[in-house]
Amino acid sequence: MSDTTDPVHSAHQTPPATGPSAVPVRARLNLNWLGIVPFALFVTLFLIAPTMKIVLGAFQRADGSFTFENIAGLFTPSILSSYWISIKISLASSFFGALIGFLMAAAMVLGGLPRAIRAPLMTFSGVASNFAGVPLAFAFLATLGPLGLVTVFLKTELGINLRMLGFNILSFWGLTITYLFFQIPLMILIVTPALDGLKREWREAADCLGASATQYWRMVALPILFPTILGTFALLFANAFGAVATAIALTGSSLNIVPIMLFAQIRGDVLGNPHLGYAMAFGMILITGLANVLYIVLRMRSERWLK
Amino acid sequence: MKRAAAWAVLFLGIAYFVLPLIGMVEFSLSMKRGVYSFEAYRVVFADPRFRETFTYSVVMALLTIAFGIVLVVPTAFWVRLKMPGLRPYVEFVTLLPLVIPAIVTVFGYIRLYNTSSWLPMTGSIFGTNLLLMFGYATLSLPYMYRAVDTGLRAIDVPTLTEAAQSLGAGWVTILARVILPNVLVAVLSGAFVTFAIVMGEFTMAALLNRPAFGPYLQLMGANRAYEPFALATIAFLITWACMGLMQLVTRFSKHQGAR
Repeated sequence: MSDTTDPVHSAHQTPPATGPSAVPVRARLNLNWLGIVPFALFVTLFLIAPTMKIVLGAFQRADGSFTFENIAGLFTPSILSSYWISIKISLASSFFGALIGFLMAAAMVLGGLPRAIRAPLMTFSGVASNFAGVPLAFAFLATLGPLGLVTVFLKTELGINLRMLGFNILSFWGLTITYLFFQIPLMILIVTPALDGLKREWREAADCLGASATQYWRMVALPILFPTILGTFALLFANAFGAVATAIALTGSSLNIVPIMLFAQIRGDVLGNPHLGYAMAFGMILITGLANVLYIVLRMRSERWLK
Repeated sequence: MKRAAAWAVLFLGIAYFVLPLIGMVEFSLSMKRGVYSFEAYRVVFADPRFRETFTYSVVMALLTIAFGIVLVVPTAFWVRLKMPGLRPYVEFVTLLPLVIPAIVTVFGYIRLYNTSSWLPMTGSIFGTNLLLMFGYATLSLPYMYRAVDTGLRAIDVPTLTEAAQSLGAGWVTILARVILPNVLVAVLSGAFVTFAIVMGEFTMAALLNRPAFGPYLQLMGANRAYEPFALATIAFLITWACMGLMQLVTRFSKHQGAR
């Protein structure tokens, strides 16, 4: 969620801050860095160092010597499959989250709906995107679980038995549907400003040139929105990949995804090798890190047209 | 036609969001067979562990907010005033908690600050609580820092500082009596997000073995039938209240700014 307009602002504000009037010419200039020492210390001790410990540990043996054994140790069937399930769930939930979120935002911004629904929907998106974790899992158990509201309704009123159809809330699709509850709102929050940025003139120009609505979307609007959509997709992916609490509360340990496995490993070294845990955590950072880099790069691209 | 499609999309979307909430509330009210009642809530409120964990999390949230303010306001102020060149880097660092999953950070804590390390924070209850609070502070850092930094952007920091200095104010006075009141709205909105995050947090508290609300929720979920849904409803109301208050505060400040 980096704000790439910031450099512009800071560029405007730099002159007064560095100008002769703002800084007393006393020897204080050399000691300016002292002001951010507390912050630097905190961040180093409780954010950077712990992460570095994990990253370095992934490449160390128990005696501290350098090795690739731990990374190689990840390539066992059980760990690989947990990564694969995690990636699939993250892909599915970010794909549908991005798609549905986009459709809802488009309906809200371009669908000719009353403007009054906008503020409540955005507020609700803010709440829902923060309503993850254990309570969210309970909400979905109460709805799509074996005795859930929707499950029972479908069974008694419509004669549809979700269980017979192979649906289980403690499964791949169950988890994906649950994750959508925080994925869709996040998409709405990010893509709405981008949709607002589509200029009316572009639509009019396309109409004047005889473009159909489909052509306008295919050749004008979507190419402009594409970096935003893809970037948000990457962000949603990282968001789902790092989600721990929802998964644990929903499935216990019945679904072997990376965060659950890592959680068990931290609690009780289930893999039988502490440094394999480091390697697993390192793999998580690598994947969420790459997804975020993709988001930032695409976000910078999208700023070119919008705004 | 287009409008009908838009309504349809919106309606389906809203149904997806509302049904789980209805399901959750319905379950929480169904503890007594055949009638709706607040029985599950009564049982929950009577549970001493609920009161303990809830209080623990509220206290931790307030401490995290206080710590966050003391950490973030002076830093953001100082960076804006004296070291604008550092701003992109500081901002990047504050966004890192969104990239590094909480489970990885806390894993690092456990390995770095265990009883046999140079800083054995997990050796005592006080140390572990402190470590957990620092963990919460990192989780809320992206929101807190952005809120405060945006608040500072709206005021003329150098002029205010100079004016205060020429009246003889020291740095502490400037921060506490000039800068903080001016960015109070931003600080409050950061504080509400922090509160919501801490109240719902599970991973860090569970792995550090602290009796917080999140792990208690998970434990109840594994062992009880109706109480978890009452607890989830309470948790949802807390999130809703925090976000609502945040919007309210922000809107109030905009209104004020327009005058």
